[in-house]
Amino acid sequence: MLGSIGEDRVFYRILVESETVTGYPDLPVPASPPSGLEPVYYTAEFQDVFVRIAAVERAVLVAGMPKTVSILVAQTQSAKDAIVAQMTNRAALLGIGFFAVAAALSILTARSVLRPVNDLAEAVGRRGPHDLRPVVRSVPRELQPMVRALNGFIGRLQGALTRTETFIAEAAHHIRTPLATLRTQAETALRLTEDDAMRARIRSMIRSVDDSARSASQLLDHAAVVYRTDQRTEESLDLGSLIARVCDRFRPAADLRDIVIATQLPTQPVTIVADLLLLESALRNLIDNAVKYSHVDGQIDVRLEQDAGRAVITVMDRGRGLDGAQKADLTDRFRRGANVGDVVGSGLGLTIVREVARAQSGRFDLTERDGGGACAVLSLPLG
Amino acid sequence: MRFLLIEDNAELAHSVRDRLALDGHAVDHAAILSDAEDHLSVATYDLILLDIMLPDGDGRDFLERHRKERRDTPVIVMTARSAVSDRVALLDTGADDYITKPFDFAELEARVRAVLRRRRGAAQPKISYGDLEFDPLGATVTVSGDARDLRNRELRLLEILMTAPDRIHSKSHLCDRLFSASEAVSDNAIEVYVARVRKKLDGSTARIETVRGVGYRLTGG
Repeated sequence: MLGSIGEDRVFYRILVESETVTGYPDLPVPASPPSGLEPVYYTAEFQDVFVRIAAVERAVLVAGMPKTVSILVAQTQSAKDAIVAQMTNRAALLGIGFFAVAAALSILTARSVLRPVNDLAEAVGRRGPHDLRPVVRSVPRELQPMVRALNGFIGRLQGALTRTETFIAEAAHHIRTPLATLRTQAETALRLTEDDAMRARIRSMIRSVDDSARSASQLLDHAAVVYRTDQRTEESLDLGSLIARVCDRFRPAADLRDIVIATQLPTQPVTIVADLLLLESALRNLIDNAVKYSHVDGQIDVRLEQDAGRAVITVMDRGRGLDGAQKADLTDRFRRGANVGDVVGSGLGLTIVREVARAQSGRFDLTERDGGGACAVLSLPLG
Repeated sequence: MRFLLIEDNAELAHSVRDRLALDGHAVDHAAILSDAEDHLSVATYDLILLDIMLPDGDGRDFLERHRKERRDTPVIVMTARSAVSDRVALLDTGADDYITKPFDFAELEARVRAVLRRRRGAAQPKISYGDLEFDPLGATVTVSGDARDLRNRELRLLEILMTAPDRIHSKSHLCDRLFSASEAVSDNAIEVYVARVRKKLDGSTARIETVRGVGYRLTGG
């Protein structure tokens, strides 16, 4: 054994022909003898460990006779194994480190690549229900086809909505214009007739015209209220001035029957956050009902009060009242009280009020008024 | 009163013209916006009745132009649309009022009065008969300078009688002027109002006379 390199041991064996001259006689010889001057290298098991062996052969003259001398040098593999292990560890560490850095970088990259997509999605999500303008954000080139597709879709949607609205408007126009002609002609006929029986017939015709016109508009109103319940545009508005405006609108019609619309509104603004058109629909239907069912020379009381964080609108008349009917029944679609008599109506008015109350997190109550008549109460949360 | 009616449906336009003529109003009819502009350039009107959907443009554009050029003839829009948003938008574009087709002429008349009252204030000629004086827009009645409190229907009954005094008005005619055509009233309901007006004009030289089986007449002026 020749000294050691690190932890490794070195063995040797010198042979002349096949006879060991010195060294470890067990050290295995190569399977095929080296040729020429180049050494052969091979691995063999020696003393229970694997050793790496180098063998050379030289021809020398011994006492004038040519003899083959072989020299074998073997070394254990611990140092090499250690180096390999060390290198493997380093490579593994390097690999893990590289992976970590690559992963972090790829997350960052993914985020920065996806940010415009998220921004775009957020910008589209933030839009109001009626905002159908095309998207004009600057986006990376890769996203442009998506924005183009989105804008194309918005365009088609807008087209479809506009067509629907135009269709409804035109349908209404085409129904109402001939009804208006019919009603006008009937009024003229009424003016030119003195015969009582004929006059009664003409009046009944006119009431039917009003009935159809009213049903048509309340059907459209009801559809609009249902549509807007999902798509409402909330804004801060003064309930007092809205009520005053709706009441003013009804005064000329109420005056015709000498019905007074008396309002009690606070001088301070009563602000709520709600959809203006929904509220307007509800108020109009409440007051329209009160005017319709009031007796000639009657009075309608419209009040606005604030109570425990709610705005409370009360509309009271001295008309024929509910006649024992329940609010739940009267707010059903197309349901009218048993005592409506000859008053024109579609049975949708209170349904509209109820739907609006529901959409605006409010309450709607309808009760008999003390001393006769109906009392409608719509309460809404203050904003 | 003189109306300009802008309406493309000929049948409706003619029937409205005939109906308003029964109340003594003159109506010029324009079927398209350019005709309306022609009428407006040569005549003055008390009121414009405007349809929204017209063959040569939108009535709202007409309204905008009308307001921009500071023409002060009041406009009442006759809309066939009933969507709430349309109604709100109409008043925003500068219409004085709107009425939804089909409309009641008593209500139209009431709205016309309200618009004129807002526009002209008290600068309207008063009607007088004997010691009676009636201000149609201010809606006041005086007997020898003494103000009397009449309700709306009473006022309109008196106005009809005062604009054609000494003439017999039939019950049915008065009824048509006073009640909405869709109201279920009997022509005898007019008696109630005549009685009330008589009571409120107590002390006047003018009185409402019953012409048995025919109608009523204002006399004594």
